[in-house]
Amino acid sequence: MIRFILLQNRQGKTRLAKYYIPLEESEKHKVEYEVHRLVVNRDPKFTNFVEFRTHKVIYRRYAGLFFSLCVDITDNELAYLECIHLFVEILDHFFSNVCELDLVFNFHKVYLILDEFILAGELQETSKRAIIERMGELEKQE
Amino acid sequence: MALSGMRGLSVFISEIRNCQNKEQERLRVDKELGHIRNRFKNEKGLTVYDKKKYVWKMLYIFMLGYDVDFGHMEAVSLISAPKYPEKQVGYLVTSCLLNENHDFLRLAINTVRNDIIGRNETFQCLALTLVGNIGGRDFAESLAPDVQKLLISSSCRPLVKKKAALCLLRLFRKNPDVVNVDGWSDRMSQLLDERNLGVLTSSMSLFVSLVSNNHEAYWSCLPKCVKVLERLARNQDVPQEYTYYGIPSPWLQVKTMRALQYFPTIEDPNTRRALFEVLQRVLMGTDVVKNVNKNNASHAVLFEALALVMHLDAEKEMMSQCVALLGKFIAVREPNIRYLGLENMTRMLMVTDVQEIIKRHQAQIITSLKDPDISIRRRALDLLYAMCDISNAKDIVEELLQYLGTAEFTMREELALKAAILAEKFAPDLSWYVDVILQLIDKAGDFVSDDIWFRVVQFVTNNEDLQPYAALKAREYLDKPAIHETMMKVSAYLLGEYSHLLARRPGCSPKEIFSIIHEKLPTVSTPTISILLSTYAKILMHSQPPDPELQNQIWAIFSKYETSIDAEIQQRAVEYFALSKKGAALMDILAEMPKFPERESSLIKKAEDTEADTAELSAIKSRAQQQASNALVVTDQHPANEPPQVTQLGMVKIPSINNLENNHVDQEVTQTNGIMGEVEPQNGDILGDLLAIEGPPGVSGTETLTEEGALALAPVGELENAVKPVIDIAERFRDLCVKDSGVLYEDPYVQIGIKAEWRGHQGRLVLFLGNKTTSSLDSVHAVILPPSHLKLELSSVPEIIPPRAQVQCPLEVVNLCPSRDVAVLDFSYKFGTTLVDNKLRLPAVLNKFFHPVTLSAEEFFPQWRSLAAPPLKLQEVVRGVRVMSLGEMTNLLNSLKLIVSPGLDPNANNLVASTTFYSESTQSMLCLVRIETDPADRTQLRLTVASGDSTLTFELKEFIKEQLVSIPAASRPPVLQPTIQPISSSDPGALLAGLL
Repeated sequence: MIRFILLQNRQGKTRLAKYYIPLEESEKHKVEYEVHRLVVNRDPKFTNFVEFRTHKVIYRRYAGLFFSLCVDITDNELAYLECIHLFVEILDHFFSNVCELDLVFNFHKVYLILDEFILAGELQETSKRAIIERMGELEKQE
Repeated sequence: MALSGMRGLSVFISEIRNCQNKEQERLRVDKELGHIRNRFKNEKGLTVYDKKKYVWKMLYIFMLGYDVDFGHMEAVSLISAPKYPEKQVGYLVTSCLLNENHDFLRLAINTVRNDIIGRNETFQCLALTLVGNIGGRDFAESLAPDVQKLLISSSCRPLVKKKAALCLLRLFRKNPDVVNVDGWSDRMSQLLDERNLGVLTSSMSLFVSLVSNNHEAYWSCLPKCVKVLERLARNQDVPQEYTYYGIPSPWLQVKTMRALQYFPTIEDPNTRRALFEVLQRVLMGTDVVKNVNKNNASHAVLFEALALVMHLDAEKEMMSQCVALLGKFIAVREPNIRYLGLENMTRMLMVTDVQEIIKRHQAQIITSLKDPDISIRRRALDLLYAMCDISNAKDIVEELLQYLGTAEFTMREELALKAAILAEKFAPDLSWYVDVILQLIDKAGDFVSDDIWFRVVQFVTNNEDLQPYAALKAREYLDKPAIHETMMKVSAYLLGEYSHLLARRPGCSPKEIFSIIHEKLPTVSTPTISILLSTYAKILMHSQPPDPELQNQIWAIFSKYETSIDAEIQQRAVEYFALSKKGAALMDILAEMPKFPERESSLIKKAEDTEADTAELSAIKSRAQQQASNALVVTDQHPANEPPQVTQLGMVKIPSINNLENNHVDQEVTQTNGIMGEVEPQNGDILGDLLAIEGPPGVSGTETLTEEGALALAPVGELENAVKPVIDIAERFRDLCVKDSGVLYEDPYVQIGIKAEWRGHQGRLVLFLGNKTTSSLDSVHAVILPPSHLKLELSSVPEIIPPRAQVQCPLEVVNLCPSRDVAVLDFSYKFGTTLVDNKLRLPAVLNKFFHPVTLSAEEFFPQWRSLAAPPLKLQEVVRGVRVMSLGEMTNLLNSLKLIVSPGLDPNANNLVASTTFYSESTQSMLCLVRIETDPADRTQLRLTVASGDSTLTFELKEFIKEQLVSIPAASRPPVLQPTIQPISSSDPGALLAGLL
């Protein structure tokens, strides 16, 4: 199960944080700080997996952005690693050539997309098309 | 750059981004928050658009790390807005700002429910998403049935269904007791027929959770899962949008394979064959390709397939295929694959017997221990730890020690613990173990927990051959200019105990040992000083003939610390000073520590206790647990596989330091030094008993006295037996009622010893089942027949006791309420064709839950008076009392932990005693007893008992009566007599060795 998802830039600014477990705000800030420190200095030649407390963080870097998923020790690492990539592809498709600024100014859209992609810490939909179409439907209603 | 579509929001974000520093940002945020607060205060003129904009701004500010508590209410209230745009913002922001523990959320339950059961599909989706992401117990209670309905409704679009599946998953995961899934196997079975892969993906996650909770209920779904896998593997009916780099939904494949791992096996041959075809295809057909994403996706499936194959105990051929694959993976450069190779090898060791094959890769694995990536190093460490056995322990531990020098701090403690455990479990010889631990302390003292050094001390204490070696090693380390404090502790302790064994070596005279230790005293902390003081006292004791100069030096130190501010140090200094003036008596008091009784290593327990926190119990673990239930038999069947010294060395025979863990080190040492008196000598005495396996039967004159009551149980079983006990069981039982260890039962084949510890209303008994013969005892059964007032839990007893072996079975006791009833152990075994069955009373009797207290007159009399009348105070004239002097009676009561306060009763013919009784129902309860004897007629007396609980008063009165009436004249009053037995007779190992 995904415990939380973080999008952070190299400076540690949080661009998106979604928690599927109940954490206090102070705890969230701590987690964000720790995860950033954990991933930011890792060599690109290292694994994409790193232990974090009693869980593990699966992360991937895209330009200056780190996408980190915190999952259970027993979860399938590569499946979640590609889950990150699929999410990036969806964002890329939605924003047509996504960049960090898109995510900054449209953070609310990113949350909406994420809610169509992952729910309750589990994958909900893996079809890019289904999600993009769904986003279109929702935008019409606004 | 795309703007947010809300000008105000975009402008605000830009302004924040333009802030030069954190201070400016804070000012800007504060200004905005003030503005938002004002706008919400008078909602008039606030448009839908405004509300949306402000709530989004709040979320943005929250993401920056600022507190927006005041906005929770605004976000939650938007949920009940009638129109989609506001509702959407309300739902989304609420699920970001709040978590399931927030009270505000309750306000929204009704609205959320209305949205779920309503007709508006978009609203349904919003509500399901909120509940799926942050729904807590309240939501589960009021919404679970509605969500279940949506999931199985035929009129719902896939969009709603997949959300309902995951929403239900969350509710079930968090509150399996609230969500009713009875009869869901049929529903699940239907859901797994789903054609839409989005719905199927979500449903499969739900299924994993259900099946991990109770696989029995879902057997009917198993073939459906295999069908799903076949469908994906053959790429049938998989729309293009569900393939990922050409691979049909790797995520669904992984999930499905995960679900299958929760079924212990697959019975149906057709299903099994179909599944293995798919798995074989995955194992053989996964090639390394250039595209990273495709490669990852295909290997995600491959690793899950590997896990499933391991789980299903495939044919040997397929298993070796798996090991071969993993062997390949741990050698590749690609870090992720290498990491997973190591990880999965470790898992494989947990479920199948592939140790020998994996050992071939040892060199490769050790290379990974030196990898620059900590993630890989950790996996390598885990694997080395798991694959270690007696054949490669030396190499592996050497590597770990070497690595300890360079490892990062975060890993050192784990590394030290693992090295210590391996050294302990698999030491080829004892001195090597000592070397390893001392090196550990030397190299990484800060990361060596107290457990580790306690352990080595216990080990050395219990193995005489090791003592000179350990002392010498400790002495060598002291020559180093700077040593770690833990090293100081362990060397001081060892040298105090055993330095006299080195006396003839250069540099090892008592004087030299003393000065080299004392040199370091100024550098150590208070707890260590306490240990040093004990060492000095021991050195003093061992320097024979006394060396006046050394004596004066040490006395000077003692008198200096007599005024120490630390109570422990002060007490030791005073006591040692006084004791050391006693001359020869010192020898007994400060004699070497007796051996520790046998117990499991607490280090190993500690290592096993670190558990992962996962949403579902991991499949491997649940399987490992299933295996553990049969494990006992397995280990007993192959005793020959383990060289005998492993069992000895495995230090099963050494006490756990658990009970010491809570104590401060120095307390521990005080106790073990035997200064506290009665504990150790008593143990010595009893261990002598316990282990006299072939000693003369019936050591003391056997009594032919039948005790009333509970004893009636025993003879029945005995009469049927051809095998007669060689000791008087009734007498042993009586002895054990006032002692905590000794022999409970013995016949020509078997000896049952018992050792007990009591704390408050709880106790821990260990049964030592010893096979005295040279052949195995079969069909060993031990069943406890507990009385209603005791909760007894006997750990499992192996069915076979190997020749000359002793098996320990711990038994946990909880005293629920006062009662004199006695627990019975039904013990049976087969020797050849003879079946022997005995029913033995267990000495978990009333007085074991007493804790002695001594009361002064000021404490006693107010209590005595306040408990004035029945049923709290009962009086009875007892006749037929066995004739004994007042002194004997006092001894008897004291031995039962009813402590007599002499002189409290003005009449010299009366005795007054008190104790504290512990049980779950009464908690700790003071009990008072008064016995008035008649000097003219010693066969009668008047007994008065008082306590705050009527049952307790009654039971205690009857209990004392039994003791006074039934105790036979010939039995010696069981006084606590500290006698020290020669160590050799109290050494379990030595005795067993003598037998061999």
